[in-house]
This record gives sequence, structure tokens and C-alpha cells, in this order.
Amino acid sequence: MNLLAVDALDVRHGLLQAVRAVSFNIERGETIALVGANGAGKTTLLRAIAGAHAATGGRVSFNGADVTHMPAHSRVAQGIALVPEGRRLFAKMSVEENLMLARAAGRPGAWTIDAVMEAFPNLKARRNARAGTLSGGEQQATAIGRALMTNPELLMLDEVSLGLSPLAVDRVYASLQTLLNSGTTIVLVEQDLTRALRVAGRVICMLEGRIALEGKAADLTREQVTQAYFGLNKTGAGAAA
Amino acid sequence: MIWVNQIIQGVLLGGYYALIACGLSFMFSVMGIINIAHGSFAILAAFGLFLLADQWGVSPFLGLIIVVPAMAAIGWALQRAVLERSSRAGILVPILSTFGLSIVIDNLLFEFFGADTRSLAPYIGSFSYDSWSLSDDIEIGQLSALIFATAVILLGGLQLFLSRTELGRAIRATAEDADTVGLIGVNARLVNATAAAIAMATVGLAGAALAMRATFDPYAGAPQLIFAFEAAVIGGAGSLWGTLIGGIVLGVAQNIGAQINPQGFFIAGHGIFLVILFARLFWGGAGAAFLNSLRRSA
Repeated sequence: MNLLAVDALDVRHGLLQAVRAVSFNIERGETIALVGANGAGKTTLLRAIAGAHAATGGRVSFNGADVTHMPAHSRVAQGIALVPEGRRLFAKMSVEENLMLARAAGRPGAWTIDAVMEAFPNLKARRNARAGTLSGGEQQATAIGRALMTNPELLMLDEVSLGLSPLAVDRVYASLQTLLNSGTTIVLVEQDLTRALRVAGRVICMLEGRIALEGKAADLTREQVTQAYFGLNKTGAGAAA
Repeated sequence: MIWVNQIIQGVLLGGYYALIACGLSFMFSVMGIINIAHGSFAILAAFGLFLLADQWGVSPFLGLIIVVPAMAAIGWALQRAVLERSSRAGILVPILSTFGLSIVIDNLLFEFFGADTRSLAPYIGSFSYDSWSLSDDIEIGQLSALIFATAVILLGGLQLFLSRTELGRAIRATAEDADTVGLIGVNARLVNATAAAIAMATVGLAGAALAMRATFDPYAGAPQLIFAFEAAVIGGAGSLWGTLIGGIVLGVAQNIGAQINPQGFFIAGHGIFLVILFARLFWGGAGAAFLNSLRRSA
């Protein structure tokens, strides 16, 4: 059975339709890279799956149950976690408090505060520091740790490398590697195509709210993804249809 | 010695102001809502206690067991029915809707209870005027001391609750980013309704304090709102310990004003409020830093 099934999902920002009839499935244990240009609808798609943005049409099913109209906090309780774009930490609260908050999901499991500290050793010294005073890399680690504290079955990471130095990105990915190896189902939005193709088993490329290309990372060339990314094969595809 | 007495009485009066400002400040800091009906709700609680005492002979202190939970329930309903909807439309709409609500409450109270001025003092025996003598000139009213202690315990308790408990952390996080708390499993609607219930429970206590130490009538809410507002702003809106300091500053200023001139009570209170407000505007950074250092040392 699929862990997540998205069926003909439509999401709007007022008059703008950001996600248009998107359908795809994710199986347990998969790592999926979601790529696409700015404004392609990746963030909106993830937010709609997490319940932070209401869908206008279509269906989202998780573990076989329809969650389309479930509020975000209930979806977290079902096991869907999103590390939002821009990290969105509670800046006035400490790292530890940010992590503790995620206990509200009511999903105890392997991920505890100590486990997060082990996975992101750079947080150990900053445990009681206010999240607003952290470096970008530390903030990202806290945001990922906070999502992990809900012990999710599906973890969605939106632009983890945004605004980070190359060194900080390497560090975040080094910590993520443990997670990728552990078999957690992951959806990753990543602008760095090389990195995305390396870590992901499958790639979904979005263009103007639709899925332009979907396939196993091993079967796809960089050129194919680049063409889908910029919509270069659009006229060709149109003529063929 | 008369000045020392005025300052001591001002500090005690400040405890009452802090108590009535507590709910206003809490609601503003947590939900970003300025509740203009705040004073009217305090009067509503006062009339609730009056009704219990007058009709069924329930002591106002016992009556709090009924009135405080009732006020909490009203807070919950207020959040779900009025504040949640109106705050979606921006910061101004809740101000307008609670202003409308205050008019409704005031006039309903007038309809039921008439224009008579009431007090709970007759129902608490000599406690309303019992006092301890510190010297020939200085007396501490027992009721004033109780109100001051209530304010300190309430503000301190709320501060502890916000910093140490899971619900308190959820309330602070929801105040900071209501959208994101949902993504980590916090039900923001539930948290806000609970916060409104807590705020309104404190209004129940404030109404009791007002009704025991002074008099009230159906339209007495507005002046109470002004005192609460001034104490909250002087203390730095949204800071609980600041609210206590703000209440004391206001109370001391009023008493010193009254000592200088019998007409000076209100003028000095409003004056200190305006001075601090303008000082904030002009030396925002430095003034805030000073108050922060006060708060830290407090």
C-alpha cells in the first residue's frame, strides 16, 4: 500500500492556481526529490500535503485514510511532518523548547531531544540558546530536529539548503544521511540538482503547478531533468500529443 | 511620613491595577488582541458575585468558585464566537467588535440591575476596612494587602505557567507563529481558546477585587479599562512582570498627585502614562532597555 497518495490535487492562492491536478504516490521507505524552478508550486504542494494550506480540489490519502480536510495538527498526529521553508522556528524560545513543543503531536518514539542532539551535534552547545540567535545551519538543524520530534512516517523537507553557506549545507546533509539510511520516507525540495539526484531514489520535477517529469533518479540524466525544469521540451511534448 | 504613607498606599493600589491589567496584557501578548470589553467583563463578574451574595447569601469569596470558572467559559466562548472570526480580518476588527460587545454588556447589566451603585463590601463584614497599623500614620488595609498578594501570585504563577508547562510553551509558540505550530502538532484554535479562558478567569478575580474594595455600577467598566490599559502600557504591553511594575507606577503617581492637590489623583495617573508613552516613542530603544533591565532585576 502507498504511504501517501495525492490524487488530482488543486491548490490556489486566491486567483493564482499554484498546484494543478497533481497526482503521485509515495511508497514507504522512498526518498523523493521534488525539484522545479521558483514558483513551480513545490512549497504550496508540500504545505497542502501537510495541511497548512487548504486544497481546492482533489484528494490526499495517508496510510489509506483520506486526510484532505484534516487540519495540520491532526495530520502531524497521523505521522506527516514538514520542515517549512525559511525554517520558521520560534525565535524567542530556546532550542530545547522548540524541540519540546513537537511533543504536542503525541507521537512518542525513537526521536527524543537527546536523539536529536546526537544526530545534530552542533546543537549540543546551543541547547538553551534562543533560536533567534542561532546561525543558519544551527537553525536548520533545529527545524529538522523539531519535525523529527514528532516521530513522523513521512518527513518533508522544504529547501533545507536555502540561505546556508556551502559548508553548513554539507553539515546538514551529513546529518541527514543517517536519516536517509534509516528508512524514513522523505520528500526533499532541493535546488542543487546534483545533490538531489545523488540522495533521492526518485525525482519529481514540477513546472508551473504540474508534474513535468517523474522517474527513478538512476534512470534520469541531468539533461532530462534540466529540460523539464525549464520547460524546454514543452513544445515538443505538445506536438507529440 | 504622609508621603511614605501615600507611596505605600499607592503600591497597594498598584496591586489592584496590576490585577485588572493582567488579563488585558495576557490577551494582548498571547493573541495580539486588545479587548475593549475587558472592563465590562470585570463588571459582569462583579455583578455575578453581587447576585450570588444578594440573592442566596453566598460569600463573595465562595462565589469566586462559581464566577471564575464561569468567566473562563465566557472567555472560551468569546474566542470561538467573536475574537477568532474578527481577528482574521486584521488587528482593528477585534477592537471594534469588543467595543460593540462592551456596549451590549453595559446596557444588559443596566437592564437587569438598574443604575444603582453597588459594592460587595457589605458582604465581607469588617474585612473591607480592617487594617494593620505599622505606625501612628501608616495603616495597611487587609483587603488591599490581599489584592496585592493576589496580583503578585497570579502574575508570577502565569509567568511560571508560560515558561515551564507544555501548555504554556504552546501558548507562547502560538503567539509567535500560529501557522507553524500546526505543523508540529499543536492545535492553535484550542490553545487560543484556552488562553482566552485563562485571561477571562483573571478578569473574574479583578472584578471581585474591584467590587470588594470600591463601588461599581453597570457603566463602571470603561474607567477600569483605562486603568488596566495604562498599567499595561506603562509596564510594557505584553510583559507580565512589567504589568505589575506598571500598576505600581500608576498607583503611586495617582496617590502622590492626590497628596499634592485633591484634584490631582486622575491627572497625575494620566500624566505619568502620557509621559512614559511619549518617552517610549522618543527614546524607544533606550527606554525599553531601561525597563527591560528593571524587569530583569525584578
